[in-house]
Amino acid sequence: MPNERLRRKRVGVLALQGDFREHLAALRACEVEGVPIRLAADLDAVDALILPGGESTTMARLLEPGLAGSIQRRSAAGMPVLGTCAGMILMARKIHGGRADQEPLKLIDISVRRNAYGRQIDSFEAEVESRAIGGTAPAVFIRAPQVTERAPDVQELANHGGQTVAVKQGNRLALAFHPELTPDRRWHQYFLSLNGDHR
Amino acid sequence: MDELTPTVGDRRGTWKVKAGLAEMLKGGVIMDVVTPEQAKIAEDAGAVAVMALERVPADIRREGGVARMSDPGLIAAIIDAVTIPVMAKCRIGHFVEAQILESLGVDYIDESEVLTPADEEHHINKHIFKIPFVCGCRDLGEALRRIAEGAAMIRTKGEAGTGNVVEAVRHMRAVTSAIRKLHGAGPEELVMEAKRIGAPADLLEESARLGRLPVVNFAAGGLATPADAALMMQLGCDGIFVGSGIFKAENPAARAKAIVAATTYFDRPDILADASKSLGKAMRGLEIGAIPQEELLAGRGW
Repeated sequence: MPNERLRRKRVGVLALQGDFREHLAALRACEVEGVPIRLAADLDAVDALILPGGESTTMARLLEPGLAGSIQRRSAAGMPVLGTCAGMILMARKIHGGRADQEPLKLIDISVRRNAYGRQIDSFEAEVESRAIGGTAPAVFIRAPQVTERAPDVQELANHGGQTVAVKQGNRLALAFHPELTPDRRWHQYFLSLNGDHR
Repeated sequence: MDELTPTVGDRRGTWKVKAGLAEMLKGGVIMDVVTPEQAKIAEDAGAVAVMALERVPADIRREGGVARMSDPGLIAAIIDAVTIPVMAKCRIGHFVEAQILESLGVDYIDESEVLTPADEEHHINKHIFKIPFVCGCRDLGEALRRIAEGAAMIRTKGEAGTGNVVEAVRHMRAVTSAIRKLHGAGPEELVMEAKRIGAPADLLEESARLGRLPVVNFAAGGLATPADAALMMQLGCDGIFVGSGIFKAENPAARAKAIVAATTYFDRPDILADASKSLGKAMRGLEIGAIPQEELLAGRGW
């Protein structure tokens, strides 16, 4: 519909817990409207979704079944989804080192291992290179997950120290680190360039 | 399982990494626990982290005596029991307790007035540690002095172990209103205000520019109900510490879940009403006026 096409793009940020404020600020810096998402109905108003950093067990606990189902349906219909750190864990098909009852959203065909680098003392900053963003950008890894397996059609966008740290499958983008904690906006711009579902 | 090995050029223990973990805890609830079983209950309920302790503040208050860092064996058992971050407390100024906690692999150290201070003039130089610290404050000056010493996260002191939210409210309002009053102040006025409240001028200038503290600010000290948590969130804090309020209540698991929900949906009274139903008795609670002056904890720290 022409009216829909003319409407400015709105990007939801799951705002149950975590650093959703930093993602909303990153979207503002990209001149895109960000919308906090806490309930299933909130999702109707957005064209794309970001799952932020935070504690994945807490977010999984707060994610009501209606909202989880809506995210899965919209993602299957092509809505772009970005997950950073805990967001990557939520997007995975399988979680190692998680809680037995921690059911991921299964949006992207990867397995992840939680806290793979160790405890907070092992958290680090690094420079990560990717053709997706045309060079090297700062990345903050905080109690970061590791991608242990990925399906053949899951593309590796970045590798750091022999580990896959950024993956893409269709319109789903998952990062093991936090671009939102840095002033560099290229990962958000790359995400915003993905074509959405045509509702 | 083996941990991944670091890559050359990776930078650990930086300010960004320390303050960054606090950013990830925002909108969450950090719960005091005294056993691995309680830590599991807290994680089940959706806590973003646990504070490993031998005694919750209500018991420290009742039993008296010198309160010290907890048994490292207990802290290690709690670390093994959960997948979420584990915090632990050291005494104000007791940098060796902090060194021990760092070596245990604790994720955050609380240099806490709830324990008996080890130094009545100095807090720990927190910059030299690789793991981050959270410290208590009653007002803006105290918050900025702690950040100057290297605290990567701040919490209000409130009055721990009372189940009475009034002091947490007082301290949160003191911080937010002091920052609001900086709005429109000129550089020379900020310098004089920094002098008046005993805060570093650069951190005061940064707070004025941001309109908030330069680090994440949680509420703590006396929160006992979902409504208390939502009250503190509406007053502008970034998240919640609950000490005695959960495991001194009649039904800890249900209360813990309700406080987690209340912290997320803090501005939705309909959801708060639902979350607050049938939780059993809250902890009993104390009138602040009924506590002898020398037993108040918030006055500890300088």
